[in-house]
Amino acid sequence: MNTWQTLQSDLTDQGYIAPDDLAMALHIAVSLNRPLLLEGAAGVGKTEIARALAAVKDAHLIRLQCYEGLDAAHAIYEWNYQRQLLAIRASAERGETGKDVEARIFSEEYLLERPLLQAIRQDEPPVLLIDEIDRADEEFEAYLLEILSDFQVTVPELGTLHAVSKPYVILTANGTRDLSDALRRRCIYAHVDYPDRATELAILDARCPQIEATLAGQIVGFVQALRKEELEKTPGIAEMLDFAAALCGLGINDLNDDPVALQATLGTLLKTRADRAAIPNEVAQRLAGKAA
Amino acid sequence: MSRVTRFAARDPGIAARMAGFIVHLRENGLKLGVGETEVALNALAHVAAADPKETRLALKAVCTSSADDAARFDELFQSYWMNGGRVKARIAPTNDATKREDTRSSLMDEGQSTGKTGKVHSPDGADGEGDTAGDGTGKLVASSLQNLMKKDLRDLVDPQDIAAAEVVARKLAAAIRDRRSRRRKAARKGDQIDFRRVMRRSMASGGEPLHLPRKRRPERPVQITALCDVSGSMSVYARVFLAFLSGLMRADDTTDAYLFHTRLVRVTDALRDDDPLRSLNRLTLLSDGFGGGSKIGENLDQFARTYARRFVTGRSVVIIFSDGYDTATPDAVGDALKRLKRRGCRVIWLNPLKGWAGYEPTSKAMAAALPHLDLFAAANTLETLAALEPELAKI
Repeated sequence: MNTWQTLQSDLTDQGYIAPDDLAMALHIAVSLNRPLLLEGAAGVGKTEIARALAAVKDAHLIRLQCYEGLDAAHAIYEWNYQRQLLAIRASAERGETGKDVEARIFSEEYLLERPLLQAIRQDEPPVLLIDEIDRADEEFEAYLLEILSDFQVTVPELGTLHAVSKPYVILTANGTRDLSDALRRRCIYAHVDYPDRATELAILDARCPQIEATLAGQIVGFVQALRKEELEKTPGIAEMLDFAAALCGLGINDLNDDPVALQATLGTLLKTRADRAAIPNEVAQRLAGKAA
Repeated sequence: MSRVTRFAARDPGIAARMAGFIVHLRENGLKLGVGETEVALNALAHVAAADPKETRLALKAVCTSSADDAARFDELFQSYWMNGGRVKARIAPTNDATKREDTRSSLMDEGQSTGKTGKVHSPDGADGEGDTAGDGTGKLVASSLQNLMKKDLRDLVDPQDIAAAEVVARKLAAAIRDRRSRRRKAARKGDQIDFRRVMRRSMASGGEPLHLPRKRRPERPVQITALCDVSGSMSVYARVFLAFLSGLMRADDTTDAYLFHTRLVRVTDALRDDDPLRSLNRLTLLSDGFGGGSKIGENLDQFARTYARRFVTGRSVVIIFSDGYDTATPDAVGDALKRLKRRGCRVIWLNPLKGWAGYEPTSKAMAAALPHLDLFAAANTLETLAALEPELAKI
């Protein structure tokens, strides 16, 4: 039986603890073959879920990192101009006709597949992760809409390339720009929040099983208290895991034992100077004391 | 309360109910098309549809498309499927009903006081301009007095006002917006060829320039974010400000707009709707509590913590239209503005009362706000707004 609970427990086996609504959204997206749009603050595990899903489905993960100015040539396909040029020169020496040359240099051999085209041309459906879609500009969003709705790419010289298999598409965004309604409507949506205490404990346990329960409780309590403070960059899950790893590496068993070590490891959680200044030593110790 | 809704016996089945639910969501402002009904039904085939929790989670994934939607969805789901037999057409925001009761009483007083004093305090028409300025306010006060009690925004914006405000708004937007960056940057559709890059790129192809990279001066426009107070005390001016807002929105498609009274509502999408009638309908839907009390501090704080993180940057100008009469503590206003300023934006406060002769920013909230403002100006008529142009160009 293929339910969202099985998916949730499969993800757990891969070390990804998904809250109910996220697991359900993923299940629906996979069952209905629709893209999944994940929104949420940085560091809540949006990108990670694509990795976990790829592991669960035993599929390739194809990742497209978006950035300002990303265009079709970098996301979909590009002709290999250098090879084409060489081919033209070589054929001129051999005396091939123009038509033959043209047919040759505009064949798939000379086509460079970029992530989006690559994703629809796999025999087995891969997981396509389109990361930080809000960083790309709106023109690119329009390209993406065509691919997400029809799973086909039109190359003027070659014709339309249809999907061999439909990839599982996951898009992530963290609010650099508001996304268009058209894109939102094509997608199944889930908003990912910072995890609650129980979930975060489970994540820590899944990733760093060697940490004892008391220290784990302290770490999670401390990080959760830190998130309530006013910080420029709120520490995410990755930061929490780094913090735990750092404490582990220093061989600390109790957060309150060693204020110096706590100070030293705070660098894994607070990543700007202003944040570091906002949490002076006394505050950090008070938070750690409360977390115990 | 969580009893499953009992539908009428002649109810045609699950498809119709789902269609009903989609309509219910649409009426509450979620953006859903016809396709979603089908997707929602398909989604139910993949979960245990008899279990309310599963159904809720599944429909949530399908029907919501933003964080705001997601936050409201559970409530809407409850009201349609779980209300014990009665399907409400529209639900009121939960926490407002009670709060508004007690805040309105105090603010109605203020609202009336502005109405009464309208004649006494003529706008501060310095020198020759008194005539035209007087005309403008007289019309505004008269028309807004009659709908002081009527909260429908439909009556608060009419085509002439929009047209007049639009002209002013366009001018102001142009004054605020920066021209262009001085440096040239690589660009796909540049006006000049970037020869330096051409040379470098052609090395790889044996000296043949295959690519002609281009460059141009990128636009560095300033983004305008407008927050408009529509509480009771401001209702006299709401008309002109709303018109002005929609003018701003039309002048520039990166402008962002919010209304606030007891709570904060983002109206960017509603104001930008192509169809003016539908736009007004959406505004009306959003404006539950229009004309009630205002909690400036709380709303600004909420804005600084939520929307500002997404939409306000160092290139933003935040315009606040408010009279500074706050029902909550004044300190909150100062703190919220301080937090907002930390994002590097510039803050302009347009206060209609400042246009009156002998006005001093005595209201505590206003006094708390003053040190954080880049510009504090009068805005009681369209004329005074238009006169702001040179000052806005300076900041």
